[in-house]
Amino acid sequence: MTVYFLCVVLLTMGLYCLVAKKNIVKKVIGIVIMDYAVNLYLIIIGYKTGGVAPIIEADMPLSTLERFVDPLPQALVLTSIVIGLGVMSLMVAMCIRLYEKHGTFDMSVISKLRG
Amino acid sequence: MKGMTLIVKTITDFVAGFIVIFGAYIVLYGHLTPGGGFAGGVIVACAFILLMLAHGADVAFSKLPEKVAHVMDSAGALAFLGIGWFGLTAGFFFMNTFGRGEMFKLFSSGMILPFNIAIAFKVGSSLFLVFSALAIFRRRSFRAMIEDELA
Amino acid sequence: MNLVPLFVAVPLAAAFIIPLLGIWWKKSGEVLAPVCTAALAIMAIVQTGAPASVHHMGGWAPPVGIAMVSDGLSTLLLIAINIVAFVSIIFSLKYMKVYTGLTKYYALFMLMVAGMNGVVLSGDLFNIYVFLEIASIASYALVAFGVDAEELEAGFKYLILGSVASVMLLFAIGTVYAVTGSLNMADVAREISVRFGTSMNPALLLAGAMFLMGFGLKAALVPFHAWLPDAHPSAPAPISAMLSGVVIKSLGIYAICRVFFHVFGVASGAGGSVIYANSMIAFAVLSIVLGGVLAIGQWDYKRLLAYSSIGQVGYIMLGIGVGARVLATGGQLSVAALAILGGLFHLINHAAFKSLLFLSSGAVQHATGTRDMKQLGGLRETMPITSWTINLGALSIAGVPPFSGFWSKLIIIIATIKAGHFVIAAVAMAFAFVTLAYYVKVQREVIFGSVTKLVERAREVPALMYVPLIILAIVCVGFGLLYPVIGARILEPARDALMNGTEYIQLVLG
Repeated sequence: MTVYFLCVVLLTMGLYCLVAKKNIVKKVIGIVIMDYAVNLYLIIIGYKTGGVAPIIEADMPLSTLERFVDPLPQALVLTSIVIGLGVMSLMVAMCIRLYEKHGTFDMSVISKLRG
Repeated sequence: MKGMTLIVKTITDFVAGFIVIFGAYIVLYGHLTPGGGFAGGVIVACAFILLMLAHGADVAFSKLPEKVAHVMDSAGALAFLGIGWFGLTAGFFFMNTFGRGEMFKLFSSGMILPFNIAIAFKVGSSLFLVFSALAIFRRRSFRAMIEDELA
Repeated sequence: MNLVPLFVAVPLAAAFIIPLLGIWWKKSGEVLAPVCTAALAIMAIVQTGAPASVHHMGGWAPPVGIAMVSDGLSTLLLIAINIVAFVSIIFSLKYMKVYTGLTKYYALFMLMVAGMNGVVLSGDLFNIYVFLEIASIASYALVAFGVDAEELEAGFKYLILGSVASVMLLFAIGTVYAVTGSLNMADVAREISVRFGTSMNPALLLAGAMFLMGFGLKAALVPFHAWLPDAHPSAPAPISAMLSGVVIKSLGIYAICRVFFHVFGVASGAGGSVIYANSMIAFAVLSIVLGGVLAIGQWDYKRLLAYSSIGQVGYIMLGIGVGARVLATGGQLSVAALAILGGLFHLINHAAFKSLLFLSSGAVQHATGTRDMKQLGGLRETMPITSWTINLGALSIAGVPPFSGFWSKLIIIIATIKAGHFVIAAVAMAFAFVTLAYYVKVQREVIFGSVTKLVERAREVPALMYVPLIILAIVCVGFGLLYPVIGARILEPARDALMNGTEYIQLVLG
């Protein structure tokens, strides 16, 4: 139970970093931390006490199959890591372009649109 | 981009080839051990990125030109889609029509091996292109900013 | 052969062939993209006649395998997405000539269409997430396409907020998997109805709240709307049309309908349904009020249209929310059916007229170089076709009979009154008049009135740009006049698919 709580703490730290920091690169780091917190949450859902890695080897007794950790969340996390990589590279590219236009990474200088 | 010191250059010359072989191993055995297309593709891209960091963009582009990387990028994705369409001959998309082989050998589990190879090409070349775009853009824009100041 | 997986495979193949050929042939995007979207539009029109079908990927039957499901709700959205995509591509052939890097534009556009088609056709919760991310990432890059400072900032804001929504969605999907042990939507629906019935599981309530937050941000419901008034004006005009016309509906409203009506079982009054329905209605009313209030004072044409989008999505959500609440509290089925029909009709109407208005704003910007309404005026003298299409679009969205917007808003308000929410119906009616007010303002400032300097020098836009406007104007008028035909073929299967939650389970799992 404490592990899930720690996942939420990590998510909240990423959210704090996104909200409270003014440097846009630090905001990007906040989003990446939130992404990894949710990936960690997904993997922990599949855990089983006394579990082993879900890899079938050649000379394995059939009873080991019951001790496998759930492999489905691991496949989900692989996809999610790739998506996080794509979004992060887009965010960093936009940060570089914004630096070229404004000369600074500070959000209060950059944000002119009122929303 | 000028590159790093002599020590880093020498070690990179030794190690870069082994990194590519290791990445290829992770790709090819992706259906037996953890890894697969994405992880192996990232490792292969890291070898070329290491070349770019240690020697500079010119050496890296002489080993893997930008145009070849773009072609490998699109061709990898199209190969993945093509294998998926090929499953349509058996009725459904992505249906495994290749031979299954024996368990725990390299050529087992039918379609997964070509998928892993296609994904490795796509991911590797994409990551290399992203890194080169970010690195070279900064160099060009920095130079442009300096020239604007002097002009 | 089943057409269902082709809706994703064809634009995905085009999205990768266009950059490959673009290395040697610069105009690859301008030839391949219209061909591909025309094929998709024809396939979507053919698909409306087909019965509901399931395609098992790789031959594995659900719930073990991944399935692509096409039922009435999916075909409604497929028509909207593909026809608006085709029209936007025809418009962007001439409009985007001022930008560079057009190969990447067409490739990203095809990826966005592939992602939206995938969201609408997927039968799996995680597949919805993956396709939603594909469409969202393509749209983030497209909003910041012309790399000016304002567009970059709007794109960056959209990107950050969209990423937060995606993180919350993944958290919700993980929670649903932990509780039910499956990701196939029909399987999860069966598990929830069998194991929980009408009682409420706290983990599922958390998952429902996060789904509403994540999809609500994609749909730009208030209070998650903060990215829309910056992103839609700054994007190039065809991308604004796509974003406001179909992206916020297929990634947001469709996903809310699918997850809440089918997976969480709101249609059969499962546990927690009243809370979800009440929140939907609350967000909808806030959207209607905020969209109307903020749109009146705008002098930037595209920004006014963006705030108007927020308001109209509020109307769609109001229809669906009232229907959900009536079903959840066990009220009359006919009232719920009327409300949901109104919401879905307004969805497809809004796709038609909002994309028309955004494309026309692109035409105005192309001809006069500005989108500030204070400098525009008397457009009907120099650009007659554009101004007549703006007239038709504005009258439709303002709810003037006999155009289509009147009927859909009338159905929503009547259903709200029949369900007993008199205050909400009064607010919706009042803000329908507010909508009329700001569209009359648009007509007075832009179309009628004395000709300003910038408009004097303008000429009518080229044919490739006004033909899409005419097509969309005909669609706007047609939906109003030809409602019996359209309603029976497109809207009523969608409404029936939403009202019978359990039929979805039987369709997918056999």
